[in-house]
Amino acid sequence: MELFYHLGRYYMMLKLVFKRPEKWSIYLRQIIREIDSIGISSIGIVAILSVFMGAVICIQTAFGVDGAAWMPLYAVGFTARESIILEFSPTIICLILAGKVGSHISSELGTMRVTEQIDALEIMGVNSAGYLIFPKIIAAIFIFPFLIIMSMGLGLFGGWFIGVSTGAVTSYEYIYGIQYDFQPFNVTYALIKTVFFAFIIISVSAYCGYYTKGGALEVGKSSTKAVVYSSIAVLLVNLLLTQLILG
Amino acid sequence: MIQVSNISKSFGGKPVLRDISITFEKGKANLIIGQSGSGKTVLMKCMVGLLEVDEGVVMYDDRLFSDKSTTAHSSNGVNRQSIRRDIGMMFQGGALFDSQTVEENVIFPLSMFTNMSEEEKLDRANFCLDRVHLENANKLFPAELSGGMQKRVAIARAISMNPKYLFCDEPNSGLDPKTAIVIDNLIHEITHEFDITTIINSHDMNSVMEIGDKVVFIHNGEKWWEGTNEEILSADNEELNDFIFAAKYLKALKK
Repeated sequence: MELFYHLGRYYMMLKLVFKRPEKWSIYLRQIIREIDSIGISSIGIVAILSVFMGAVICIQTAFGVDGAAWMPLYAVGFTARESIILEFSPTIICLILAGKVGSHISSELGTMRVTEQIDALEIMGVNSAGYLIFPKIIAAIFIFPFLIIMSMGLGLFGGWFIGVSTGAVTSYEYIYGIQYDFQPFNVTYALIKTVFFAFIIISVSAYCGYYTKGGALEVGKSSTKAVVYSSIAVLLVNLLLTQLILG
Repeated sequence: MIQVSNISKSFGGKPVLRDISITFEKGKANLIIGQSGSGKTVLMKCMVGLLEVDEGVVMYDDRLFSDKSTTAHSSNGVNRQSIRRDIGMMFQGGALFDSQTVEENVIFPLSMFTNMSEEEKLDRANFCLDRVHLENANKLFPAELSGGMQKRVAIARAISMNPKYLFCDEPNSGLDPKTAIVIDNLIHEITHEFDITTIINSHDMNSVMEIGDKVVFIHNGEKWWEGTNEEILSADNEELNDFIFAAKYLKALKK
Protein backbone atom coordinates (compact mmCIF):
# COMPACT_ATOMS: atom_id res chain seq x y z
CA MET A 1 0.00 0.00 0.00
CA GLU A 2 2.86 2.32 0.82
CA LEU A 3 4.17 1.90 -2.73
CA PHE A 4 0.91 3.26 -4.13
CA TYR A 5 0.99 6.15 -1.66
CA HIS A 6 4.48 7.11 -2.87
CA LEU A 7 3.58 6.63 -6.54
CA GLY A 8 0.54 8.87 -6.08
CA ARG A 9 2.52 11.55 -4.28
CA TYR A 10 5.30 11.32 -6.90
CA TYR A 11 2.70 11.89 -9.62
CA MET A 12 1.21 14.85 -7.71
CA MET A 13 4.70 16.32 -7.33
CA LEU A 14 5.33 15.97 -11.08
CA LYS A 15 2.06 17.79 -11.76
CA LEU A 16 3.34 20.71 -9.68
CA VAL A 17 6.78 20.54 -11.32
CA PHE A 18 5.34 20.92 -14.81
CA LYS A 19 2.91 23.71 -13.92
CA ARG A 20 3.42 26.92 -15.90
CA PRO A 21 6.40 28.82 -14.41
CA GLU A 22 5.75 32.16 -12.70
CA LYS A 23 8.55 33.80 -14.67
CA TRP A 24 10.43 32.07 -17.49
CA SER A 25 13.50 34.30 -17.22
CA ILE A 26 14.12 33.16 -13.62
CA TYR A 27 13.65 29.52 -14.57
CA LEU A 28 16.05 29.87 -17.53
CA ARG A 29 18.68 31.32 -15.22
CA GLN A 30 18.13 28.40 -12.87
CA ILE A 31 18.45 25.90 -15.74
CA ILE A 32 21.85 27.34 -16.67
CA ARG A 33 22.99 27.13 -13.03
CA GLU A 34 21.81 23.54 -12.83
CA ILE A 35 23.60 22.59 -16.07
CA ASP A 36 26.76 23.71 -14.34
CA SER A 37 25.92 22.05 -11.03
CA ILE A 38 24.66 18.75 -12.46
CA GLY A 39 26.61 18.42 -15.70
CA ILE A 40 29.80 20.44 -15.84
CA SER A 41 30.84 19.42 -12.34
CA SER A 42 30.41 15.75 -13.31
CA ILE A 43 32.75 15.86 -16.30
CA GLY A 44 35.78 14.84 -14.25
CA ILE A 45 34.32 11.71 -12.71
CA VAL A 46 32.66 10.67 -15.98
CA ALA A 47 35.95 11.09 -17.85
CA ILE A 48 38.02 9.08 -15.36
CA LEU A 49 35.47 6.27 -15.13
CA SER A 50 35.05 6.06 -18.90
CA VAL A 51 38.76 5.83 -19.68
CA PHE A 52 39.32 3.10 -17.08
CA MET A 53 36.15 1.25 -18.08
CA GLY A 54 37.21 1.22 -21.74
CA ALA A 55 40.70 0.06 -20.78
CA VAL A 56 39.38 -2.84 -18.66
CA ILE A 57 36.92 -3.93 -21.36
CA CYS A 58 39.75 -3.96 -23.88
CA ILE A 59 42.08 -6.04 -21.67
CA GLN A 60 39.32 -8.53 -20.80
CA THR A 61 38.26 -8.95 -24.42
CA ALA A 62 41.86 -9.27 -25.61
CA PHE A 63 42.39 -11.96 -22.99
CA GLY A 64 39.36 -13.90 -24.31
CA VAL A 65 40.32 -13.42 -27.97
CA ASP A 66 43.86 -14.52 -27.24
CA GLY A 67 42.59 -17.91 -26.06
CA ALA A 68 40.32 -18.41 -29.07
CA ALA A 69 42.43 -18.68 -32.21
CA TRP A 70 39.36 -18.58 -34.49
CA MET A 71 38.48 -15.04 -33.37
CA PRO A 72 40.08 -12.13 -35.27
CA LEU A 73 41.93 -9.51 -33.20
CA TYR A 74 39.67 -6.71 -34.44
CA ALA A 75 36.97 -8.35 -32.30
CA VAL A 76 38.59 -6.54 -29.38
CA GLY A 77 37.65 -3.14 -30.82
CA PHE A 78 34.26 -4.42 -31.98
CA THR A 79 33.36 -5.81 -28.55
CA ALA A 80 34.62 -2.74 -26.73
CA ARG A 81 32.49 -0.51 -28.96
CA GLU A 82 29.33 -2.59 -28.56
CA SER A 83 29.72 -2.88 -24.77
CA ILE A 84 30.53 0.79 -24.26
CA ILE A 85 27.85 2.23 -26.54
CA LEU A 86 25.04 -0.15 -25.68
CA GLU A 87 25.45 -0.55 -21.96
CA PHE A 88 28.48 0.77 -20.14
CA SER A 89 28.24 4.43 -21.05
CA PRO A 90 24.49 4.97 -20.85
CA THR A 91 23.69 2.67 -17.93
CA ILE A 92 26.78 2.42 -15.74
CA ILE A 93 27.63 6.11 -16.04
CA CYS A 94 24.01 7.00 -15.26
CA LEU A 95 24.14 4.75 -12.20
CA ILE A 96 27.27 6.60 -11.09
CA LEU A 97 25.49 9.90 -11.73
CA ALA A 98 22.52 8.64 -9.70
CA GLY A 99 24.94 8.38 -6.80
CA LYS A 100 26.66 11.71 -7.33
CA VAL A 101 23.86 13.93 -8.60
CA GLY A 102 20.97 12.11 -6.89
CA SER A 103 22.41 12.36 -3.40
CA HIS A 104 23.33 16.00 -4.00
CA ILE A 105 19.81 16.93 -5.13
CA SER A 106 18.12 14.99 -2.37
CA SER A 107 20.26 16.47 0.40
CA GLU A 108 19.92 19.98 -1.05
CA LEU A 109 16.11 19.80 -1.16
CA GLY A 110 15.94 17.92 2.15
CA THR A 111 17.96 20.62 3.88
CA MET A 112 15.79 23.31 2.30
CA ARG A 113 12.72 21.49 3.61
CA VAL A 114 13.89 21.06 7.20
CA THR A 115 15.20 24.63 7.41
CA GLU A 116 11.82 25.94 6.16
CA GLN A 117 13.28 27.44 2.98
CA ILE A 118 10.69 25.57 0.92
CA ASP A 119 7.94 26.89 3.22
CA ALA A 120 9.34 30.39 2.70
CA LEU A 121 9.00 29.95 -1.09
CA GLU A 122 5.41 28.71 -0.68
CA ILE A 123 4.50 31.69 1.52
CA MET A 124 5.83 34.05 -1.14
CA GLY A 125 3.42 32.43 -3.58
CA VAL A 126 6.15 30.58 -5.50
CA ASN A 127 5.41 27.08 -6.80
CA SER A 128 8.33 25.58 -4.88
CA ALA A 129 8.29 22.21 -6.64
CA GLY A 130 8.36 23.91 -10.03
CA TYR A 131 11.02 26.43 -9.11
CA LEU A 132 13.35 23.93 -7.47
CA ILE A 133 12.85 20.74 -9.51
CA PHE A 134 11.84 21.74 -13.06
CA PRO A 135 15.19 23.44 -13.88
CA LYS A 136 17.08 20.40 -12.56
CA ILE A 137 15.09 18.00 -14.76
CA ILE A 138 15.50 20.11 -17.88
CA ALA A 139 19.21 20.66 -17.20
CA ALA A 140 19.81 16.92 -16.71
CA ILE A 141 17.83 15.95 -19.82
CA PHE A 142 19.93 18.45 -21.76
CA ILE A 143 23.39 17.73 -20.35
CA PHE A 144 23.33 13.95 -19.68
CA PRO A 145 23.42 12.99 -23.39
CA PHE A 146 26.55 15.15 -23.84
CA LEU A 147 28.18 13.45 -20.88
CA ILE A 148 27.31 10.04 -22.28
CA ILE A 149 28.65 10.89 -25.76
CA MET A 150 31.84 12.11 -24.10
CA SER A 151 31.94 8.90 -22.07
CA MET A 152 31.61 6.78 -25.23
CA GLY A 153 34.49 8.61 -26.88
CA LEU A 154 36.74 8.42 -23.83
CA GLY A 155 35.84 4.76 -23.23
CA LEU A 156 36.87 3.85 -26.76
CA PHE A 157 40.01 5.93 -26.36
CA GLY A 158 40.85 4.18 -23.06
CA GLY A 159 40.50 0.81 -24.78
CA TRP A 160 42.69 1.87 -27.69
CA PHE A 161 45.36 3.35 -25.40
CA ILE A 162 45.69 0.30 -23.16
CA GLY A 163 45.35 -2.18 -26.04
CA VAL A 164 48.07 -0.54 -28.10
CA SER A 165 50.39 0.29 -25.19
CA THR A 166 50.30 -3.28 -23.85
CA GLY A 167 50.57 -4.80 -27.32
CA ALA A 168 47.31 -6.73 -26.87
CA VAL A 169 46.01 -5.33 -30.15
CA THR A 170 47.40 -3.12 -32.90
CA SER A 171 46.05 0.34 -33.48
CA TYR A 172 44.86 -0.66 -37.00
CA GLU A 173 42.97 -3.72 -35.74
CA TYR A 174 41.34 -1.85 -32.88
CA ILE A 175 40.18 1.00 -35.11
CA TYR A 176 39.00 -1.47 -37.77
CA GLY A 177 37.07 -3.26 -34.99
CA ILE A 178 35.32 -0.18 -33.74
CA GLN A 179 34.29 0.72 -37.31
CA TYR A 180 33.21 -2.80 -38.24
CA ASP A 181 29.45 -3.21 -38.84
CA PHE A 182 28.70 0.02 -37.03
CA GLN A 183 24.99 0.65 -36.45
CA PRO A 184 24.36 4.38 -35.83
CA PHE A 185 21.00 3.46 -34.31
CA ASN A 186 22.85 1.99 -31.32
CA VAL A 187 23.96 5.50 -30.38
CA THR A 188 20.39 6.75 -30.77
CA TYR A 189 19.18 3.90 -28.56
CA ALA A 190 21.82 4.79 -25.91
CA LEU A 191 20.80 8.45 -25.98
CA ILE A 192 17.09 7.61 -25.70
CA LYS A 193 17.93 5.57 -22.60
CA THR A 194 20.02 8.42 -21.24
CA VAL A 195 17.17 10.91 -21.51
CA PHE A 196 14.85 8.55 -19.60
CA PHE A 197 17.52 7.89 -16.98
CA ALA A 198 18.15 11.62 -16.54
CA PHE A 199 14.47 12.21 -15.88
CA ILE A 200 14.24 9.29 -13.45
CA ILE A 201 17.39 10.13 -11.49
CA ILE A 202 16.44 13.77 -10.97
CA SER A 203 12.74 13.30 -10.32
CA VAL A 204 13.13 10.35 -7.92
CA SER A 205 15.95 12.03 -6.00
CA ALA A 206 14.01 15.29 -5.87
CA TYR A 207 10.95 13.42 -4.59
CA CYS A 208 13.01 11.86 -1.77
CA GLY A 209 14.45 15.25 -0.79
CA TYR A 210 11.36 17.40 -1.28
CA TYR A 211 9.23 15.41 1.16
CA THR A 212 11.89 15.04 3.86
CA LYS A 213 10.51 15.38 7.38
CA GLY A 214 12.58 15.85 10.49
CA GLY A 215 16.18 16.98 10.80
CA ALA A 216 19.73 16.22 9.76
CA LEU A 217 19.35 12.46 10.26
CA GLU A 218 16.34 12.33 7.93
CA VAL A 219 18.19 14.41 5.31
CA GLY A 220 20.90 11.72 5.33
CA LYS A 221 18.30 8.97 5.07
CA SER A 222 16.58 10.75 2.17
CA SER A 223 19.89 11.01 0.39
CA THR A 224 20.51 7.27 0.74
CA LYS A 225 16.95 6.48 -0.37
CA ALA A 226 17.39 8.73 -3.40
CA VAL A 227 20.43 6.79 -4.58
CA VAL A 228 18.88 3.37 -3.92
CA TYR A 229 15.46 4.11 -5.46
CA SER A 230 16.78 5.98 -8.48
CA SER A 231 19.33 3.21 -9.18
CA ILE A 232 16.63 0.52 -9.00
CA ALA A 233 14.34 2.62 -11.21
CA VAL A 234 17.17 3.08 -13.75
CA LEU A 235 17.76 -0.69 -13.89
CA LEU A 236 14.04 -1.43 -14.34
CA VAL A 237 13.60 1.18 -17.05
CA ASN A 238 16.79 -0.04 -18.72
CA LEU A 239 15.30 -3.52 -19.04
CA LEU A 240 11.97 -2.17 -20.22
CA LEU A 241 13.46 0.18 -22.83
CA THR A 242 15.89 -2.45 -24.11
CA GLN A 243 13.04 -4.88 -24.63
CA LEU A 244 10.89 -2.20 -26.29
CA ILE A 245 13.58 -0.80 -28.58
CA LEU A 246 15.82 -3.78 -29.35
CA GLY A 247 13.66 -6.74 -28.39
CA MET B 1 -7.52 42.50 9.15
CA ILE B 2 -7.37 38.72 9.39
CA GLN B 3 -10.30 36.74 10.67
CA VAL B 4 -9.96 33.19 11.89
CA SER B 5 -13.30 31.50 12.55
CA ASN B 6 -13.82 28.21 14.34
CA ILE B 7 -10.68 26.52 13.08
CA SER B 8 -9.70 23.08 14.26
CA LYS B 9 -6.74 20.95 13.36
CA SER B 10 -5.66 17.50 14.47
CA PHE B 11 -2.75 15.20 13.66
CA GLY B 12 -3.41 11.47 13.58
CA GLY B 13 -6.67 11.93 15.49
CA LYS B 14 -5.00 14.02 18.18
CA PRO B 15 -6.53 17.52 18.29
CA VAL B 16 -3.96 20.31 18.27
CA LEU B 17 -6.29 23.27 17.67
CA ARG B 18 -9.87 23.32 18.90
CA ASP B 19 -12.49 25.73 17.58
CA ILE B 20 -10.34 28.85 17.56
CA SER B 21 -11.81 32.20 16.51
CA ILE B 22 -9.72 35.37 16.56
CA THR B 23 -9.71 38.71 14.74
CA PHE B 24 -6.27 40.20 14.13
CA GLU B 25 -6.47 43.92 13.63
CA LYS B 26 -4.79 46.09 11.02
CA GLY B 27 -1.91 48.34 12.04
CA LYS B 28 -1.37 46.42 15.26
CA ALA B 29 1.20 43.97 16.53
CA ASN B 30 -0.97 40.97 17.41
CA LEU B 31 0.83 38.49 19.64
CA ILE B 32 -0.07 34.84 20.00
CA ILE B 33 1.43 33.55 23.21
CA GLY B 34 1.42 30.18 24.91
CA GLN B 35 3.62 27.43 26.20
CA SER B 36 5.73 25.30 23.88
CA GLY B 37 3.43 22.72 22.27
CA SER B 38 0.28 24.76 22.86
CA GLY B 39 -0.43 25.01 19.11
CA LYS B 40 0.83 28.53 18.29
CA THR B 41 2.96 27.50 15.32
CA VAL B 42 0.26 25.15 14.00
CA LEU B 43 -2.23 28.03 14.19
CA MET B 44 0.14 30.29 12.28
CA LYS B 45 0.85 27.60 9.66
CA CYS B 46 -2.90 27.07 9.21
CA MET B 47 -3.36 30.79 8.74
CA VAL B 48 -0.73 31.02 5.98
CA GLY B 49 -1.82 27.75 4.35
CA LEU B 50 1.26 25.65 5.10
CA LEU B 51 -1.15 23.32 6.90
CA GLU B 52 -4.76 22.72 5.89
CA VAL B 53 -7.38 23.30 8.54
CA ASP B 54 -9.76 20.41 9.35
CA GLU B 55 -12.59 22.81 10.04
CA GLY B 56 -13.13 26.56 9.98
CA VAL B 57 -12.44 29.59 7.83
CA VAL B 58 -9.52 32.00 7.42
CA MET B 59 -10.33 35.37 5.80
CA TYR B 60 -7.90 38.11 4.77
CA ASP B 61 -9.80 41.41 4.56
CA ASP B 62 -12.97 39.53 3.57
CA ARG B 63 -11.06 37.43 1.04
CA LEU B 64 -11.50 33.70 1.60
CA PHE B 65 -8.18 31.96 2.16
CA SER B 66 -9.07 28.52 3.49
CA ASP B 67 -12.45 27.08 4.06
CA LYS B 68 -13.33 23.53 4.98
CA SER B 69 -16.84 24.27 6.17
CA THR B 70 -18.35 25.17 2.83
CA THR B 71 -18.04 23.97 -0.75
CA ALA B 72 -16.09 27.03 -1.86
CA HIS B 73 -12.92 25.06 -2.61
CA SER B 74 -12.88 25.95 -6.29
CA SER B 75 -12.26 29.62 -5.56
CA ASN B 76 -9.53 28.82 -3.05
CA GLY B 77 -6.67 28.20 -5.46
CA VAL B 78 -7.06 31.52 -7.22
CA ASN B 79 -7.53 33.53 -4.03
CA ARG B 80 -4.74 31.86 -2.18
CA GLN B 81 -2.00 32.79 -4.65
CA SER B 82 -3.10 36.42 -4.79
CA ILE B 83 -3.40 36.64 -1.00
CA ARG B 84 0.01 35.04 -0.54
CA ARG B 85 1.62 37.83 -2.55
CA ASP B 86 0.38 40.16 0.23
CA ILE B 87 1.94 38.04 2.98
CA GLY B 88 5.44 38.43 4.38
CA MET B 89 6.70 35.84 6.79
CA MET B 90 9.68 35.68 9.07
CA PHE B 91 10.43 32.11 10.13
CA GLN B 92 11.84 31.03 13.47
CA GLY B 93 15.16 30.01 11.90
CA GLY B 94 15.15 32.82 9.34
CA ALA B 95 14.69 30.40 6.38
CA LEU B 96 17.07 32.46 4.26
CA PHE B 97 18.22 30.85 1.03
CA ASP B 98 21.74 29.59 1.83
CA SER B 99 22.97 29.73 -1.73
CA GLN B 100 22.05 33.40 -2.15
CA THR B 101 23.63 36.51 -0.69
CA VAL B 102 21.72 38.86 1.61
CA GLU B 103 20.96 41.14 -1.33
CA GLU B 104 19.78 38.25 -3.53
CA ASN B 105 17.55 36.98 -0.72
CA VAL B 106 15.80 40.35 -0.47
CA ILE B 107 15.61 40.80 -4.24
CA PHE B 108 14.23 37.28 -4.85
CA PRO B 109 10.49 38.02 -4.40
CA LEU B 110 10.88 41.20 -6.45
CA SER B 111 12.49 39.29 -9.32
CA MET B 112 9.81 36.64 -9.16
CA PHE B 113 6.71 38.80 -9.04
CA THR B 114 7.53 42.27 -10.36
CA ASN B 115 8.82 43.73 -13.59
CA MET B 116 11.18 46.13 -11.83
CA SER B 117 14.52 46.90 -13.48
CA GLU B 118 17.72 45.64 -11.83
CA GLU B 119 18.40 49.15 -10.55
CA GLU B 120 14.93 49.50 -9.03
CA LYS B 121 15.21 46.11 -7.37
CA LEU B 122 18.58 47.01 -5.91
CA ASP B 123 17.21 50.33 -4.62
CA ARG B 124 14.29 48.54 -2.98
CA ALA B 125 16.60 45.93 -1.43
CA ASN B 126 18.88 48.65 -0.08
CA PHE B 127 15.87 50.51 1.34
CA CYS B 128 14.65 47.36 3.11
CA LEU B 129 18.11 46.51 4.43
CA ASP B 130 18.61 50.09 5.64
CA ARG B 131 15.21 49.92 7.31
CA VAL B 132 16.35 46.95 9.40
CA HIS B 133 19.68 48.68 10.08
CA LEU B 134 21.76 46.29 8.00
CA GLU B 135 24.19 48.25 5.92
CA ASN B 136 27.26 46.80 4.20
CA ALA B 137 25.97 43.25 4.44
CA ASN B 138 24.62 42.98 0.88
CA LYS B 139 27.25 40.61 -0.42
CA LEU B 140 27.44 38.33 2.62
CA PHE B 141 25.93 34.85 2.68
CA PRO B 142 23.50 33.83 5.48
CA ALA B 143 26.13 31.52 6.98
CA GLU B 144 28.37 34.55 7.51
CA LEU B 145 25.76 36.41 9.59
CA SER B 146 24.95 36.31 13.30
CA GLY B 147 21.52 35.09 14.47
CA GLY B 148 20.25 38.64 14.97
CA MET B 149 21.46 39.72 11.54
CA GLN B 150 19.79 36.71 9.93
CA LYS B 151 16.48 37.68 11.59
CA ARG B 152 16.87 41.22 10.29
CA VAL B 153 17.50 39.96 6.74
CA ALA B 154 14.41 37.78 7.11
CA ILE B 155 12.39 40.88 8.06
CA ALA B 156 13.89 42.83 5.14
CA ARG B 157 12.91 40.01 2.75
CA ALA B 158 9.44 39.82 4.28
CA ILE B 159 8.76 43.54 3.76
CA SER B 160 10.38 43.81 0.32
CA MET B 161 7.05 43.27 -1.44
CA ASN B 162 5.17 45.80 0.73
CA PRO B 163 3.06 43.11 2.41
CA LYS B 164 -0.32 43.83 3.98
CA TYR B 165 0.18 41.03 6.47
CA LEU B 166 3.37 40.15 8.33
CA PHE B 167 3.81 36.87 10.21
CA CYS B 168 6.70 36.37 12.62
CA ASP B 169 7.26 32.97 14.15
CA GLU B 170 9.20 33.33 17.39
CA PRO B 171 11.20 36.32 16.10
CA ASN B 172 13.52 36.55 19.07
CA SER B 173 14.14 32.93 19.91
CA GLY B 174 17.83 32.22 20.35
CA LEU B 175 18.74 35.89 20.68
CA ASP B 176 20.24 37.69 23.62
CA PRO B 177 17.80 40.03 25.47
CA LYS B 178 19.25 43.19 23.97
CA THR B 179 19.10 41.94 20.36
CA ALA B 180 15.64 40.51 21.05
CA ILE B 181 14.40 43.97 22.02
CA VAL B 182 15.96 45.46 18.85
CA ILE B 183 14.07 42.89 16.73
CA ASP B 184 10.81 43.46 18.66
CA ASN B 185 11.04 47.21 18.24
CA LEU B 186 11.83 46.82 14.57
CA ILE B 187 8.71 44.71 14.00
CA HIS B 188 6.63 47.19 15.99
CA GLU B 189 7.96 50.19 14.04
CA ILE B 190 7.42 48.47 10.69
CA THR B 191 3.87 47.50 11.67
CA HIS B 192 2.90 51.08 12.46
CA GLU B 193 4.96 52.71 9.71
CA PHE B 194 3.45 50.60 6.90
CA ASP B 195 0.07 50.05 8.63
CA ILE B 196 0.19 46.28 8.25
CA THR B 197 -1.49 43.47 10.14
CA THR B 198 1.28 41.78 12.07
CA ILE B 199 0.94 38.45 13.84
CA ILE B 200 3.75 37.36 16.11
CA ASN B 201 4.17 33.97 17.77
CA SER B 202 6.08 34.27 20.98
CA HIS B 203 6.53 32.98 24.48
CA ASP B 204 8.71 35.86 25.48
CA MET B 205 7.00 38.10 28.05
CA ASN B 206 9.35 40.98 27.21
CA SER B 207 7.89 41.02 23.68
CA VAL B 208 4.36 40.94 25.09
CA MET B 209 4.95 43.93 27.32
CA GLU B 210 7.03 45.87 24.75
CA ILE B 211 5.00 45.50 21.56
CA GLY B 212 1.80 43.51 22.20
CA ASP B 213 -0.96 45.80 20.97
CA LYS B 214 -3.21 42.78 21.14
CA VAL B 215 -2.43 39.52 22.91
CA VAL B 216 -4.04 36.11 22.46
CA PHE B 217 -3.19 33.31 24.89
CA ILE B 218 -3.41 29.76 23.52
CA HIS B 219 -3.53 26.88 25.98
CA ASN B 220 -3.81 23.20 24.97
CA GLY B 221 -4.95 24.17 21.48
CA GLU B 222 -7.73 26.48 22.68
CA LYS B 223 -8.03 30.23 22.88
CA TRP B 224 -7.88 30.89 26.60
CA TRP B 225 -7.63 34.66 26.85
CA GLU B 226 -7.59 37.76 24.63
CA GLY B 227 -6.74 41.37 25.52
CA THR B 228 -4.03 44.03 25.47
CA ASN B 229 -0.61 44.05 27.09
CA GLU B 230 -1.93 46.49 29.67
CA GLU B 231 -4.73 44.13 30.70
CA ILE B 232 -2.62 40.97 30.81
CA LEU B 233 -0.98 41.54 34.18
CA SER B 234 -4.29 41.98 35.92
CA ALA B 235 -6.08 39.18 34.05
CA ASP B 236 -8.05 36.82 36.22
CA ASN B 237 -7.08 33.60 34.48
CA GLU B 238 -5.21 30.85 36.28
CA GLU B 239 -3.46 29.28 33.28
CA LEU B 240 -2.47 32.67 31.90
CA ASN B 241 -1.09 33.75 35.27
CA ASP B 242 0.83 30.46 35.52
CA PHE B 243 2.35 31.22 32.14
CA ILE B 244 3.16 34.88 32.80
CA PHE B 245 4.42 34.43 36.33
CA ALA B 246 6.22 31.14 35.76
CA ALA B 247 9.29 32.31 37.64
CA LYS B 248 9.02 31.98 41.43
CA TYR B 249 10.14 35.54 42.10
CA LEU B 250 7.55 36.91 39.67
CA LYS B 251 4.87 34.83 41.37
CA ALA B 252 5.89 36.27 44.71
CA LEU B 253 5.83 39.74 43.19
CA LYS B 254 2.29 39.18 41.88
CA LYS B 255 1.09 38.07 45.32
